[in-house]
Amino acid sequence: MTVEEIREKMETVRHRILVLSGKGGVGKSTFSAHLAHGLAEDGDTQVALLDVDICGPSIPKIMGLEGEQGMQYQARLMILSGLSRGQEAEAGDEIASANRKFTRHYHRLGCAYEDASMQSGTHVEVHQSGSGWSPVYVDDNLGVMSVGFLLSSPDDAVIWRGPKKNGMIKQFLRDVDWGDVDYLVIDTPPGTSDEHLSVVQYLAAAHIDGAVILTTPQEVALQDVRKEISFCHKVKLPIIGVVENMSGFICPKCKKESQIFPPTTGGAEAMCQDLKIPLLGKVPLDPHIGKSCDKGQSFFVEAPDSPATAAYRSIIQRIRDFCNSRQSHGEKPISP
Amino acid sequence: MEAAAVHPNSCFSLEPGNLAGVRHIILVLSGKGGVGKSTISTELALALRHQGKKVGILDVDLCGPSIPHMLRAQGKAVHQCDNGWVPVFVDQEQSISLMSVGFLLENPDEAVVWRGPKKHGGLFLGFGVFAALIKQFVSDVAWGELDYLVVDTPPGTSDEHMATVEALRPHGPLGALVVTTPQAVSVGDVRRELTFCKKTGLKVIGVIENMSGFACPHCAECTNVFSSGGGEELAQLAGVPFLGSVPLDPQLTRSLEEGRDFIKEFPKSTAYSALTSIAQKVLHGMPALCS
Repeated sequence: MTVEEIREKMETVRHRILVLSGKGGVGKSTFSAHLAHGLAEDGDTQVALLDVDICGPSIPKIMGLEGEQGMQYQARLMILSGLSRGQEAEAGDEIASANRKFTRHYHRLGCAYEDASMQSGTHVEVHQSGSGWSPVYVDDNLGVMSVGFLLSSPDDAVIWRGPKKNGMIKQFLRDVDWGDVDYLVIDTPPGTSDEHLSVVQYLAAAHIDGAVILTTPQEVALQDVRKEISFCHKVKLPIIGVVENMSGFICPKCKKESQIFPPTTGGAEAMCQDLKIPLLGKVPLDPHIGKSCDKGQSFFVEAPDSPATAAYRSIIQRIRDFCNSRQSHGEKPISP
Repeated sequence: MEAAAVHPNSCFSLEPGNLAGVRHIILVLSGKGGVGKSTISTELALALRHQGKKVGILDVDLCGPSIPHMLRAQGKAVHQCDNGWVPVFVDQEQSISLMSVGFLLENPDEAVVWRGPKKHGGLFLGFGVFAALIKQFVSDVAWGELDYLVVDTPPGTSDEHMATVEALRPHGPLGALVVTTPQAVSVGDVRRELTFCKKTGLKVIGVIENMSGFACPHCAECTNVFSSGGGEELAQLAGVPFLGSVPLDPQLTRSLEEGRDFIKEFPKSTAYSALTSIAQKVLHGMPALCS
């Protein structure tokens, strides 16, 4: 399986945006989800959100799709076993036998993963089209695909071995049928380990418009983010800009601002100046954000007047502008 | 810094002797990144130190080792003695020693590029190399006599965790502290970590909720910035003890940024009482693990 196949698969996608961060918990998934929500506010824009965070896929929860877990049973079977579509349909006839086959394939693939809850094969709903499997739609123009859909229960720990993990992600990237999409937002796993970097490298090769890099204001976060930036340069992945999240907190009672995560070394602003990359904006902490994520709702609808909403909107506009300025590039037929 | 090189030949030389003087090993885990694992590890070590214990910290966060920064030990060289690596002492009394993968990074701004296994191109480390590195960390550090060894792990439930648990298992009572933030989104990830503990037979000492609530320094109003109640709910769900909530505290974040001893400098803050009470529970909870 090559980068070529993934790139072909993504040919129907006009703009591809990677959301990255060297550090976990800085708000990548929240940002990815709301970037997708924000772009999809224009009803004529088709948006897709892809979550490849194999260790902690939180997009299903944030997008209010947690119930979808386990439903992609057959798709999972297909992905992990590499069964052809014909074979896969056959396997679907008999859950139990498929289950055994599935487990066998798992072992053959060398995944240190047990699946005790596969017996609950009652809720099988396959979202599948002729050329792959389709995203789950939260809105007419907003589709979501997550590795989280491959977990049968929210308690499942995915204990993958590195190389298999990469293989699985590549297959995942290849088998999703995106359809005609204007923006594809890709939420990546945190870290600068080989697993993470190879995913990014794969995606970078598939004509990514650029990466949005998330950070929080503290030096302990920035120090990881600098690594991520140096990696982007290494693989020649364009950087759209940096978003500083959790930047200040305005007390809902007295309206005064505090720095919960103090920018002791000047925050993202100083880092961006230093590294000569754009700062797309700062998003303040707002309890509504966490709450809407927990409820799986859009923060734009839940808290339209929050300063965080305004910050998000302005950042999304800048990302849109960046992509539009690359429009001609994006429309070019892709040469092998 | 030459001494910090990873010697490929020593990767598998298991020296159980180096951990023979370590009484308790505590793993700090979380399925999610950025919930404060390194913060909890650092503050727990400091709090245990203030209780008169000798503490070691092992930072195996291969992607973002932040403990050297939090203890103002970044850039320190790791020396070697006959028994292996000598950990870095972070205080004059030599009551806290630290070994971090951060000490082995060539350039702090680089994505993981190691001095040692150059044959892997430096960039992409396979599982074997991970496991070997972690094994080496566990076996080749001359800890000496320690009451507690606190092990800070990277986020996720993948290779590094498996390797860490497998490498530490033979060395006495092993317990895990699971860190979460109050939001449901975070709790979801951490639930997977608890499944990991169950599957690997790792004893969970308890759940700690971090970043729970923020008291406005201007009007003292407490806001649940990241929602509330997640940690307790998780502990109940998993049937493990809930050890307490650590509130958001700018003084704590700042101390960690500047590498200062929060436990010593801010005994009046709310995070202080939360952290020391958790340390107490760990102190009392660990003996049970021996039986």
